[in-house]
Amino acid sequence: MITLAHFVGLSFVLFTIGVVGVLVRRNLLTVLMSIELMLNAVNINLVAFSRQLGDLTGQVFTIFVIAVAAGEAAIGLAIIISLYRLKSSVNLDDAAEMKG
Amino acid sequence: MEPALFFFWAFAAVTVVGAVGVVVMRQPIHSALFLLMSFLGVACLYVLASAELVAAVQVLVYAGGIMILFLYTIMFVNVRRQRTERYLHLQAVPALGFGFLFLLVVGGVVVNEARSLAAKVPAADPKALATTVVDGVTVLGNTQAVGWMLYRDYFLPFEIASVFLLVAMIGAVVLGKRTMERFD
Repeated sequence: MITLAHFVGLSFVLFTIGVVGVLVRRNLLTVLMSIELMLNAVNINLVAFSRQLGDLTGQVFTIFVIAVAAGEAAIGLAIIISLYRLKSSVNLDDAAEMKG
Repeated sequence: MEPALFFFWAFAAVTVVGAVGVVVMRQPIHSALFLLMSFLGVACLYVLASAELVAAVQVLVYAGGIMILFLYTIMFVNVRRQRTERYLHLQAVPALGFGFLFLLVVGGVVVNEARSLAAKVPAADPKALATTVVDGVTVLGNTQAVGWMLYRDYFLPFEIASVFLLVAMIGAVVLGKRTMERFD
């Protein structure tokens, strides 16, 4: 039987991979993909608890999270394109003007 | 092993392998394809959790829309040049150690908590996620149930989400169109 702990554990693994991806990679595109991974982990959690409690609210919230993720991806990629026009690079280290 | 559990582990493996591929692959295009694999694995897991509508939305929005956005951006920016550059941060080793520790300590606590919660609250009947009562009439189907909830109980957030998406769309068009002068 698939239990709540299965889903929560998987979601935690996915979230950790996303966090490590954000910390480790220099390429802005991959950093944005890692953020999508973290959002997916959150969605798995919401759906798993919705399944456990028999309450549809979790699924409704998942749809909202997906909508926000779509907006975030669109804006993030537009920012990456602007940055690429400015710097001819999508490397995080090339966008360090504000480093103190 | 019962079939449901077997499929859970299979799709979980697909999801995690895809996620690791996103972080490990050097070329963004390979990362993007692994991300697609991870998204599809998650969609299959939603079906296992009897969230059919969310699975369909996952395939349409993530594997369809967001993936296309990523692929267009990868085509737009010149990634060939970066092959020679280092692709990991200097903080990669401490970050990996932190991730491992985080996974062990916090993950163990969270999974234990979930286990004790599942012991206290028995799993609900999956039928509860696919039925809704409208004006005394029982309506079947997960899509109908989520739709009724979305339009009846969460109408204001739904409308706000539509405004949010409009703002995001306009913002993306403006950011993508404007030609900024170089300042370096």
